[in-house]
Amino acid sequence: MLVAAATPTGAAVLVTAVFLASAVEMVEALTIVLAVGVTRGWRSALEGAAAALAALGALVAAFGPALVHWVPLSVLRLIVGGLLLVFGLQWLRKAVLRAAGLKAKHDEDAIFAEQVAELSAGRPPSGRDATAFAVAFKGVFLEGLEVVVIVLTLGTTSHRLGLATLAAVAAVSVVAVAGLVVHRQLSGVPENAMKMGVGLMLVSFGTFWSAEGVHATWPGSDLAIPALVAFYGFMAWLLVAALRNHAAPRSDGLASTGGPARG
Amino acid sequence: MADPGPGRRGPLVVRWVGAFGRFWWDFLIGDTPELFAGVVVVLGILALLCLRPGLRTAAALAAPVLVAGVLTASVHRAARRRGP
Repeated sequence: MLVAAATPTGAAVLVTAVFLASAVEMVEALTIVLAVGVTRGWRSALEGAAAALAALGALVAAFGPALVHWVPLSVLRLIVGGLLLVFGLQWLRKAVLRAAGLKAKHDEDAIFAEQVAELSAGRPPSGRDATAFAVAFKGVFLEGLEVVVIVLTLGTTSHRLGLATLAAVAAVSVVAVAGLVVHRQLSGVPENAMKMGVGLMLVSFGTFWSAEGVHATWPGSDLAIPALVAFYGFMAWLLVAALRNHAAPRSDGLASTGGPARG
Repeated sequence: MADPGPGRRGPLVVRWVGAFGRFWWDFLIGDTPELFAGVVVVLGILALLCLRPGLRTAAALAAPVLVAGVLTASVHRAARRRGP
């Protein structure tokens, strides 16, 4: 089998994974940009966000083709698969712990309020605001780096870098438009459910490609990917149920609520 | 803490390399070193299995089971750390 995402099924899973991951990260970035815009003015906030997006785009353009041309496919799949596995397992672990009530849910409202309080401390200058630019740039760039890693790894390994980039751009556009429409942080977005979905897909792709990287043979070829998503989804459901059952008899406040959770 | 000044921060390249290393350390290991170690072990087991061509399908089937084991162990570890 040469290209995992060559079939409609593989391409659909690829687009869904990149779109959801990008949307989740951009919701977090949007929260920061909105906080900067509200407190320090929109010009520098939007300039910082635009500069960060340009830098992220340059990273994809610089490293994407280089990875495809210079790294052998089996090595690329092993390394990329391993990266996706580690990354995806981190997402899935957090989502399972949050679903089971053992970790505080990501609270965009609290993060927004925290950012506004920090940024309100200094009086914004009348012209360009270096602080606003820097905070917006850093927020978008750091959140976007995870998206870049996902786009590069999923895109290059499946030889669908263009499709993965388009999915990420679509997610960024949707979140940006939603932000303009509601003009506030997107606290209503079911972020934990989306992170669970992304984690499942990253772990599935990671398993598939890392195993191919060491020359394992998948029964059913590409069809193994949705089967892996279903298997890991079942495992996550089992873990959440087991943790809830384990925590239910205790009423000692296991759910951590010590402030807004990040990431 | 007092600012060490530009002369004591080291050359720009060193600081960039340090920041790059810290990014990847946080990105891959962070507060869940067991996930990174588990993935390395799983990939090692799969590579060993695949040395015998007859076991390559078995290796693929074993992969999700082993990965699920790593996830379960990490979640269990987190739950224990929050235990009574």
